[in-house]
Amino acid sequence: MGKYTLRRIGLMVITLVAISFVTFWIIQLPPGDYVSTLVAQAESRGQVITPEQMAALRVRYGLDDPFLVQYWNWISNIVFHGDFGQSFAYNRPVSTLIWDRVALSFFLSVSTLLFVWAVAFPVGIYSAVKQYSPGDYIATFFGFVGMAIPEFLLALVFLWLGVRYFDQSAGGLFSPEYVDAAWNLGKVLDLASHLWLPILIIGISGTAGLIRVTRANLLDELYKPYVITARAKGLSEWKLLVKYPVRMSLSPFFSTVGWLLPGLISGETIISIVLSLPTTGPLLFGGVLSQDMYLVGSFILILSALTVVGTLLSDLALAWWDPRIRRRYQES
Amino acid sequence: MTERTERRDTGASGTSTDVWDASELELEGATMSQEGMEIPLPSPGGDDESGPTPELARAALAQGGTASQWRLVWRRFRRHKVAFVALWVVLAIYLIMAFAEVLAPSTATAQDPDYAYAPPQALHIYHPSEGLGLYVHDFTVTQNPETFANEFEIDTDSYIPVGFFVSGEPYEMWGLFPMDVHLIGPEDPDRPFYLWGADRAGRDSLSRILYGSRVSLSIGLVGVAISLVLGIALGGISGYYGGKPDTLIQRIIEFLMAIPTLPLWLALSAAIPASWGPLARYFAITAILSVIGWTGMARQVRGKFLSLRTEDFITAATLDGCSRPRIIFRHMVPSFSSHVIASLTMAVPGMILAETSLSFLGLGLQAPAVSWGVLLQDAQNIRTIETAPWLLLPGLAIFITVLAMNFVGDGLRDAADPYK
Repeated sequence: MGKYTLRRIGLMVITLVAISFVTFWIIQLPPGDYVSTLVAQAESRGQVITPEQMAALRVRYGLDDPFLVQYWNWISNIVFHGDFGQSFAYNRPVSTLIWDRVALSFFLSVSTLLFVWAVAFPVGIYSAVKQYSPGDYIATFFGFVGMAIPEFLLALVFLWLGVRYFDQSAGGLFSPEYVDAAWNLGKVLDLASHLWLPILIIGISGTAGLIRVTRANLLDELYKPYVITARAKGLSEWKLLVKYPVRMSLSPFFSTVGWLLPGLISGETIISIVLSLPTTGPLLFGGVLSQDMYLVGSFILILSALTVVGTLLSDLALAWWDPRIRRRYQES
Repeated sequence: MTERTERRDTGASGTSTDVWDASELELEGATMSQEGMEIPLPSPGGDDESGPTPELARAALAQGGTASQWRLVWRRFRRHKVAFVALWVVLAIYLIMAFAEVLAPSTATAQDPDYAYAPPQALHIYHPSEGLGLYVHDFTVTQNPETFANEFEIDTDSYIPVGFFVSGEPYEMWGLFPMDVHLIGPEDPDRPFYLWGADRAGRDSLSRILYGSRVSLSIGLVGVAISLVLGIALGGISGYYGGKPDTLIQRIIEFLMAIPTLPLWLALSAAIPASWGPLARYFAITAILSVIGWTGMARQVRGKFLSLRTEDFITAATLDGCSRPRIIFRHMVPSFSSHVIASLTMAVPGMILAETSLSFLGLGLQAPAVSWGVLLQDAQNIRTIETAPWLLLPGLAIFITVLAMNFVGDGLRDAADPYK
């Protein structure tokens, strides 16, 4: 097992290096560079930068160096100093920009996740056990509808309903009187009263998908001989269900649980934009629009790193959960 | 042919697991599925209900009462009632897409600023004085003195007769033939006719949604086609040859899957030069969407290849001296193509949703081009939705399309393995 983990970590490092190359390539992709952005900014303020100054700046930032040298400067700053570069649009270090918003993204993602699990697992299990019952049809219908509505559309519809029928704006996280207030009980309650909507909207498609997956997985297991054996032994239906097939049907869930890690940071970009939530999503989007490529590149790099780490963690979690897989790892 | 028929007679009667029998049965399967493939999969009003024609019945009897795999899939698919209905819905949607110009009451670009944000007009059938016949009411337009926005009042006294196949806004059918016939429209082309309301430039929402289906629906098909080619080629190599090519391709797939989708799409679409025309942009977006799409397909194909490689009938074909291409295309591909088609159907709605999201954010198709995502961009602002909630209607089109496609995909997946 230890050997397997070590080999996986080795592969992970290689993947991360490859990802950092691609990320840097994407950063370089749009026309223009840091100096041309600076020049444009200066010109908009009415200042003039002479070609000599420009050339000096280019040398200072190493913009005419070969690709590999530039890449090394960028990645070594990140790895050794935690310096992700400077955001063009905000004129602030990328790392502070991102960390400012991570807390809320994190909170939003975790609460959404708990909501999705709390709803999807019981419904999915019920749907599989009582296949073709009215409850199953309702769950299935809801599952398909939830998967067919684009999330941003749902957000727009809720916004419209809020304004039209409840005369309140559904966007943002705080009522106007609390936006600049210090944290107190009132502000926390205000946050909670605003947060349920984004959680619901972000959660719906995830819930719908997870219901379908849980149902399908459990249906695969429910009619296997070991279930019949357990039933023949006289195990109560409930105990039998929880002890064997449900446990088996959770394996695919463990194999994707690591992908939640990047989700914690990326938030739900589109929903956050529509509902104007101050998470990392709109920051990324703003960076993309203004071609703030160091910001975008840092996002891609952080999220990819989290995905890779998450994949490893979920493989290990799967081995912990499922003895058959653990055994396969030990053999290889 | 005669030799094979004789052998089949001896082989089919026994339950022997002899290798020769296995190979023979597979040959049979291969030829039959080829026959089956000539019958298009979604052939409406298939011949299953009325029973096969006499010749087919005799042929089936001679083959030991077996139907081709595609016929079995089709039979099983029809049992999934919802999926069957959804298949018709999807076909109807694609037909609408094909004839969008004729079906639309106007064109996507015809505008009339006098009717900016005009609300939907109800289509009436019976007029008290004019008698039976389709008509709509005109508006009385007043300008709000404070906001300068047009305010619309339905003028119940007015009468705009509506007819079928009227001539109206000129267009070019499929970009080729200049025409001006519209399925439905006002008999006097200068009168307002907005069944689903108008947008900020006074363009007809219904027409724009119909025109927008072109991009939104085709991008899914083109994107999936690219994913399919890449996925089958690379997944096939990976699964069939194994070893070093397999390791390399698997690493590439893992690498691509490790990059988070949305930031990657955002970054890549932001990198598309603004100077590119709509067509170039369209293909760039499709390519961006397929970058991720093919990996799932490749994994699936590889898995199928891996499990099939050890099957008896493949060993038998190898022993028979079949060449590799023959083994792949005559023996392996037919036995998993139904699975591939099922997962393709599941992939199309995902692509449609992705394009919509990108365009909605302003990173996909850009304004002169019309797609459902581009149309929904107008509804981004809560003030606009308040004034003109009908701008959310493209969302309904997306919803119906994606829902129907998901149902079809679900039915196909259930039917993909008809022997279960």
